[in-house]
Amino acid sequence: MTSLDTKPRKADKPARAVRSAGDRTFAGLSTGAGILILVVLAGVAAFLIAESLDAISAPAAEVPGGEGVWSYVGPLVFGTLLAAVIALLVATPLGVAIALFITYYAPKRIAATLGYLIDLLAAIPSVVYGFWGLAALAPSLVPFYAWAERNLGFLPFFAGPASVTGRTMLTAGLVLAIMILPIISAISREVFSQAPALHREAALALGATRWEMIKMAVLPYGKSGVIGGAMLGLGRALGETLAVAIVLSVSGGITFDLISSSNPSTIAANIALQFPESSGLDVSTLIFTGLVLFVITLAVNMLARYVVNRRADFSGAN
Amino acid sequence: MAKRIDVSDLDIFYGNFKAVEGVNVSIEPRSVTALIGPSGCGKSTFLRSLNRMHEVIPGARVEGKVVIDGQDLYGSDVDPVDVRRQIGMVFQRPNPFPTMSIYDNVVAGVRLNSKKMKKNDLDDLVESSLRGANLWNEVKDRLDRPGSGLSGGQQQRLCIARAIAVQPEVLLMDEPCSALDPISTLAIEDLMTELKDRFTIVIVTHNMQQAARVSEQTGFFNLNGVGQPGRLIEFNPTEKIFSNPDQKATEDYISGRFG
Amino acid sequence: MSTATPVRPEAPEPLAPAVRQRRGLPRFGGTAVFAAGLALAAVLTAASGWSWGLFAVLGIVLGCLVTYVVSRVVEGRRKATDRLVTALVSSAFAVAMVPLVSLIYTVVSNGVGRLDGTFFSNSMVGVVGEGGGAYHAIMGTLIITALAAVISVPVGLLAAIYLVEYGKGRLKKVLTFFVDVMTGIPSIVAGLFAYALFAIFFGPGIRFGLGGAVALSVLMIPVVVRSSEEVLKLVPNELREASYALGVSKWRTILKVVVPTAIAGLGTSVTLAIARVIGETAPLLVIVGITAATNFDPFDGRMATLPVYAYYQLTQPGVPPEFGIERAWTAALVLIIIVMALNVVARLISRFFAPKTGR
Repeated sequence: MTSLDTKPRKADKPARAVRSAGDRTFAGLSTGAGILILVVLAGVAAFLIAESLDAISAPAAEVPGGEGVWSYVGPLVFGTLLAAVIALLVATPLGVAIALFITYYAPKRIAATLGYLIDLLAAIPSVVYGFWGLAALAPSLVPFYAWAERNLGFLPFFAGPASVTGRTMLTAGLVLAIMILPIISAISREVFSQAPALHREAALALGATRWEMIKMAVLPYGKSGVIGGAMLGLGRALGETLAVAIVLSVSGGITFDLISSSNPSTIAANIALQFPESSGLDVSTLIFTGLVLFVITLAVNMLARYVVNRRADFSGAN
Repeated sequence: MAKRIDVSDLDIFYGNFKAVEGVNVSIEPRSVTALIGPSGCGKSTFLRSLNRMHEVIPGARVEGKVVIDGQDLYGSDVDPVDVRRQIGMVFQRPNPFPTMSIYDNVVAGVRLNSKKMKKNDLDDLVESSLRGANLWNEVKDRLDRPGSGLSGGQQQRLCIARAIAVQPEVLLMDEPCSALDPISTLAIEDLMTELKDRFTIVIVTHNMQQAARVSEQTGFFNLNGVGQPGRLIEFNPTEKIFSNPDQKATEDYISGRFG
Repeated sequence: MSTATPVRPEAPEPLAPAVRQRRGLPRFGGTAVFAAGLALAAVLTAASGWSWGLFAVLGIVLGCLVTYVVSRVVEGRRKATDRLVTALVSSAFAVAMVPLVSLIYTVVSNGVGRLDGTFFSNSMVGVVGEGGGAYHAIMGTLIITALAAVISVPVGLLAAIYLVEYGKGRLKKVLTFFVDVMTGIPSIVAGLFAYALFAIFFGPGIRFGLGGAVALSVLMIPVVVRSSEEVLKLVPNELREASYALGVSKWRTILKVVVPTAIAGLGTSVTLAIARVIGETAPLLVIVGITAATNFDPFDGRMATLPVYAYYQLTQPGVPPEFGIERAWTAALVLIIIVMALNVVARLISRFFAPKTGR
């Protein structure tokens, strides 16, 4: 680095430009593909904005709900965040524990297979999760909801009345938790397995138990990776559509009651439920809510990537 | 075939870092020239600049001249791809293409450049190249087997066969024996002695006995300290370098006093 | 490893010296103790009216508790904490398996009833109540997914090649970042994008297959880019150098050395990307819609697709509802089978087409 800085050459070597036509074409094609992707991403934002302008500029009374787009989207944003946060609270500890199990506890021979089983959870289509949530998970949670209303009713989350179908915000959140579990566990697994072997062995050599080794040499190393993974999971949970649309019994409004049958919808589920039957300004309003969802998930994902990438810079793996 | 290489005032940069400075040397045709020196002194970088392979690394560039038979390799109208066709290279670790058979590996340079050749001519090329690399007898019955199935020494000779199949004028070897056992090393060294009748060979090596055994000329690279560019300290006939070097640093290095 | 040496360096600990001689549970002691806790939970659950949910919760709590207490008494605090964590992370894995098993069981048991010839050969034209099938939906899914792959694979592969072979500086950084971000675009937003895009050209209310393929491509391209990029990075630089040193130009090196070497991994990543989008429902609901009849033309009119078909059969089963719901489950089962099959194919590709490395 510190060598004598001869003047940084302005005119890059002309020889560098000598490339065959094939090379130039191929380089141009692949660069073009890369740029196309960026254009598409910008296009998503641009076209969503273009199509939601009608709803934004329309008189408040003509928008569904009669009070303008912002009051229309408000409860939906609330519902979206609520379901996603429930999912995150359940899935993060579980995903981290699973990642630890697979990387440091399971026998080496079967660890890969166990990891594959968890990855299978990610392969199942969201509509199928909806089916399962509706037919299997929701009914099996009904007794718990009744119990929670009786014994924990003093908490606003369990105020009730308990749903008799089980199609509650908590059920939806749990389904989402299962869906984002593989994302969180996969990223955690990756960072945990990259924890420097030197540190791990040093900890063990000092007589640490396995847990103490993990606490000393693995968790500190993997922390930002786990945070990033959790945020990616959050992004997925925010945008998840069909599972919520099928499972959740919707009435609108804002409530923290997680076990009743009147719940706010989520943006994505609301679009799926309303869009096929909508036209005109309704469509434009729904596209506006989609734009809001896009902005939220984009922000979450960018933050998550920032956190994950910062870790990558730190690790010095490259 | 073999050609002379004249290097004058060559500086090599990685970005703003000057890796090699002020090399002036003239490499004789039909001979083996060895480059020795401590790690990180720029001898491999210099070697790679002789066929513009260092340009693979982003930000690498050179100032100065490398002239082979009157043609400047860094002239503004020279395509590095053409340079490499004239100046072949063998690497530290044997690197046959894993997707190709032994046969396909040898003709890779021809095939990948989409030159049309008759099957017979290709067969002849494979045989002559493998014979040239002293490998023909060992592999002639399994030419359709993957090249990666050979032993390390055989793989390295396969890579040499692949390099000479393109019929270059110069052959650059970047520590070609450092990943091989002594017997394979001996085979490669013998091969070099045979090949120098047809090619100009430049070899980078950490092994001073090897330099003494195979080369006619030896160049000693050194650097003054970390972060300083490497320089060519001395370039002389091998015998002189190893018996009576001009420079103190060369003597120190050869007698094992540092490096 | 070190169980025999008595002089292990240990952190100072109050009850250490007395039990140092033969500390430790036998080999499967931890498992046995946990099982004892589980048995206790079973007894308690049975006493209060059997329920699997209660048993699971109680089992994990009691299992961990008993493990900790026993180990604490026998082995001391540090070992006990270690065992507790072991029990917890193992339980976490078991808990995650419950929904997987339950889901597969539910879908198979509900869906297997209509897994018959009619389901695969009939559409829903004129079907009220019994009978009917998903032929039109399966064909629609295949056509739209194939179109999406035709769009996504070249773009994704080329972009991956750009990132690995050509990319430098700002554009590479920006592209890497936004491809990552793009993998997080909600699928419904991709559907809305396709709708918004085509509504501008063809007017509102547009529904057609190509739109679905475009929407799926938005989801698929970043997946293809990311996984192909990883695969291409695995190709050793030595091979590129070997090729350059033979005087082969860069693009030929990429096409004839790099890509063939990585072909197995690329096949796997493309297959997994297809598996990823073939079950997508939300975007198709928005831009492709649903129809009862078979439509092979993705450029004109609504098409049925398997996930959307399943969704509508479940939510609008008709009268009487049981037949529609049955078809919905069968569609879900077929969907899972297709996705699993693609996953298996992906693994087979990487196993059989991987270059033979003799090293």
